[in-house]
Amino acid sequence: MKEKELDTIINKYGADPSEIMGMLLDIQEKEKYLPKKDLQHLSVKLGLPLTRIYQIATFYEALSLKPLGHNQIHVCTGTACHVRGAAGILNKLEERLGIKPGEVTSDLNFGLKTVNCVGACALGPVVVVNGEYHGEMTALKADRMLKRLMKN
Amino acid sequence: MLPANNNIKDMRVKMITLWINDKQYQAAEGQSVLQVALDNGIEIPHLCYHESLSSQGSCRLCLVEVTKGSKTIMTTSCTYPAMEGIKVQTDTLEIKKARRLVMELLLPLAPDAPKIKALASELGVTEPRLGPEPENDNCIKCGLCVRACDELVGAHAITFAGRGVARTVEPPYDEEAENCIGCGTCVQVCPTECIVMEDQGMERRIDKWKRTLKLKACKNCGRPFITFAEIDFMQTKAKNPPPEEWFDYCPDCR
Amino acid sequence: MHRLTSVEELEKVREKILKEKSTIKTCITICLGTGCHAYDSQTVYETLQNEIAAHNLEEEIELKPTGCHGFCEQGPIIVLYPGEICYCRVKPENVKDIIEMTVLENKIIEDLLYEDPVSGNKFEKESEIPFYKDQNRLILGKNSSINPQNINDYLAEGGYRSLAKVLTGMAPEQVIDKIKKANLRGRGGGGFPAGVKWETTRNAPEKKKYVIVNADEGDPGAYMDRSLLEGNPHLILEGLAIGAYAIGADEGFVYVRQEYPLALENLSTAIGQAEKLGLLGENILGTGFNFKVKIKRGAGAFVSGESSALVSAIEGKVGEPRPKHINTAVSGIYGKPSNLNNVETWANVPVIIEKGVDWYSGIGNENNKGTKIFSLVGKINNTGLVEVPMGTPLRKIIYELGGGIPGGKKFKAVQTGGPSGGCLPESHLDAPVDFDHLKDLGSMMGSGGMIVMDEDNCMVDVAKYFMHFLKDESCGKCVSCREGTKKMYEILEAITEGKGKEEDLLLLEEIAWVTTNASLCALGGTAANPVLSTLKYFRDEYEAHIKEKRCPAKVCKALITYVIDQEKCTGCGLCQTLCPEKAIEGEKEAPMTIDAQKCSRCGICLEACRFEAINVTS
Repeated sequence: MKEKELDTIINKYGADPSEIMGMLLDIQEKEKYLPKKDLQHLSVKLGLPLTRIYQIATFYEALSLKPLGHNQIHVCTGTACHVRGAAGILNKLEERLGIKPGEVTSDLNFGLKTVNCVGACALGPVVVVNGEYHGEMTALKADRMLKRLMKN
Repeated sequence: MLPANNNIKDMRVKMITLWINDKQYQAAEGQSVLQVALDNGIEIPHLCYHESLSSQGSCRLCLVEVTKGSKTIMTTSCTYPAMEGIKVQTDTLEIKKARRLVMELLLPLAPDAPKIKALASELGVTEPRLGPEPENDNCIKCGLCVRACDELVGAHAITFAGRGVARTVEPPYDEEAENCIGCGTCVQVCPTECIVMEDQGMERRIDKWKRTLKLKACKNCGRPFITFAEIDFMQTKAKNPPPEEWFDYCPDCR
Repeated sequence: MHRLTSVEELEKVREKILKEKSTIKTCITICLGTGCHAYDSQTVYETLQNEIAAHNLEEEIELKPTGCHGFCEQGPIIVLYPGEICYCRVKPENVKDIIEMTVLENKIIEDLLYEDPVSGNKFEKESEIPFYKDQNRLILGKNSSINPQNINDYLAEGGYRSLAKVLTGMAPEQVIDKIKKANLRGRGGGGFPAGVKWETTRNAPEKKKYVIVNADEGDPGAYMDRSLLEGNPHLILEGLAIGAYAIGADEGFVYVRQEYPLALENLSTAIGQAEKLGLLGENILGTGFNFKVKIKRGAGAFVSGESSALVSAIEGKVGEPRPKHINTAVSGIYGKPSNLNNVETWANVPVIIEKGVDWYSGIGNENNKGTKIFSLVGKINNTGLVEVPMGTPLRKIIYELGGGIPGGKKFKAVQTGGPSGGCLPESHLDAPVDFDHLKDLGSMMGSGGMIVMDEDNCMVDVAKYFMHFLKDESCGKCVSCREGTKKMYEILEAITEGKGKEEDLLLLEEIAWVTTNASLCALGGTAANPVLSTLKYFRDEYEAHIKEKRCPAKVCKALITYVIDQEKCTGCGLCQTLCPEKAIEGEKEAPMTIDAQKCSRCGICLEACRFEAINVTS
């Protein structure tokens, strides 16, 4: 992110170090991850040790230090989805993509993540692809969906 | 979180009375129960406590039973403040059981650390049921090093990262700890000797923090004794920095 | 609209809104909550907009996007007033008929009505549907009649009247007294009396005080708070403002998960609108009471919902718990007294003020007053949010409101209380659901997750699932929680893989004991509940895994095999084409077989087979 843009974010929160979380989320929203030099800039501007910012950035599920995949696949592993077979769907996607949750394929095309609950329990098991909800998933449907995504 | 004991001693505080194992003791209010016990020669096992650092209650070995009013709880003595009239038991059957089980959970993390091994057998972990963690590096994630670096040194070179079982102690990005001045405080406070600092020629290395630093030699005896980074740090951060010449000679030759 | 400077002005505005609304002939509400949104209710909404415009009916029909109605299973849901006609699973292609037939000609479209899966009966009115009929929607009810982005809707329903009443006619102590007498217990999990907590914060010596809404709903399988925030944000803000007045706070925080984008959006719109009208901010309704509210975002950490962790997060530190021997009610944000309650607790406050203590105490049982919202999910016919008086038996919730278990399967367990709760068997289905009874049974109320499991769910697998969740969601600070959950997970994993030993059960129980008793915060203190409750009620399943190397529910992959029924297989070859492992052997037109070595037990063949020829054995 350009320094000017970053400063706009910092100023939006009055350069208040207690608002660090809001700033990180704003950066993540724009860049889709937290670039190292942005965190270094935050550290200088807010007078917060980089260690503290790094600790926060690695603590939360929604924050990422690495660029995410082009296609974001989130498998809901909330309890309602689990009892309806989310684990089998996750296994299938892991196997197909050759990555574990939290990882990105080497061509950066796919990122796989598990999420604890997307609150769409009635549709479970749910897989969210690039923000779009796919309900009543099965291993077979997941496999087909992936094939479609790979073609595009 | 309780502040470091040394900071409490500096303040003028109220004295209170509390009971430990049915005996009455006087203590400064706000001191930790653990410190009061230790000051009075009562042994309570502990790994993540240091009197110069804030208490976190990570290792859970200093568990005691505290009765306040009509309520009795099991809690860590390093984080529990000494309060008027509380009654503390340090060695009940339940406490012993809890410490033994906590130790069973700790041991796989640092199976080769002498202090942990000795404490384990002392606490009755003679036949551990849980095997050593594969790829353990003897770190029990107690955070003494992080607190020492933040609170005593002020270098902020290392931190906790991640959450849950993935929690680690590392420099940012697990790359060379750029803020590390090679002072060795972390090495001194570590209870498992898992941070190794080595001087080779004119270089100091702390591999755990991926850090290599240049050393300065004493003008008199020629012995390398301090890193340039530490001199720099002291001159910019210390309240009354010593003159530059002070660092020309090692402590022995000054 | 300008800033309101008195209660009289508020009432005048309310009259004006009601007058404007009185000319509307038909109101169509459509749920745009997250559940219905996932069923593409947005497109239905846009189609409705276009269709209404095409018929030049904008003056007569009010099209109202609302929050969650609760019956997510049947989304997208639309309700037409007058008549309260409820259409379920509405698709964009149904819209034309809805306008032309129902609105213009008063004809009911039978196909869109809810049909009970058990009796086959159809229901016209939303409130007659069995799922809703026995609910008492004290808190959730207005979700279906309010556009959460329009404060006028909330005002039309009598909104901010309770705040006005409190500010002009009650001393702070009287408000606290009312909440205490109503025995409002914290809906976030523990059930601590809210009034007592408020009083502690009020009486704490520091002058500066804070009030906080905990909206970091992190229980997997629960979304009550999200639905309230999305659907009726002003109710929570009004409750918070009343609390702030009673406690003596001038600043409040709402800590919301980033994963709830719609809740964040609706909440910040609501705060903006309330500030504009002078219902929040400086000199509220001209009474001299100042109260400002800020939103703080969380980013997906279950443990940050713990009170001391949440306080740390608000201060800009990492959201992990700290040892607390002084309650956050006395020493919270920056060491100042801070009163923390969850979304549903705050939402109860305006209702208690409005309807009075006697009325409120008439709902619920002896020590548990009012209602509780549950997210009824899992293996259940009617999935959704239900709000029932506290003390309602589990059986009634599951079989009457929830319509029982789908597919004629047998009930096995119901999990309440989220990851800190427990699994209860059939024999406890008549237990009243309240804070005290669930705790006695080894579970807890938690924030209201209620996950139903049937005979196809393996209870060892469920315990493993929760330990997997908790070992990742533990902050990792203290050994007993971090290593305890990890070791319990590893032991459970070994058991599900057929590598369990008989002495593992004792070890599990001992680790569960130390995790419960030696941990720093409530997450660790309750983390072992899923293990302990399944060991208590479903020990035979553990033993089958360990002694017989068998998974009775046929879930654990290492202990099951897929076989093809040679009688039923027609040799169509569909499974052979689909099998990713190429594990299915045989020639077309003849019964096939599965190579157990190659089979990864993914279940694709079972799903694909049209002749029910594939069986799972254990």
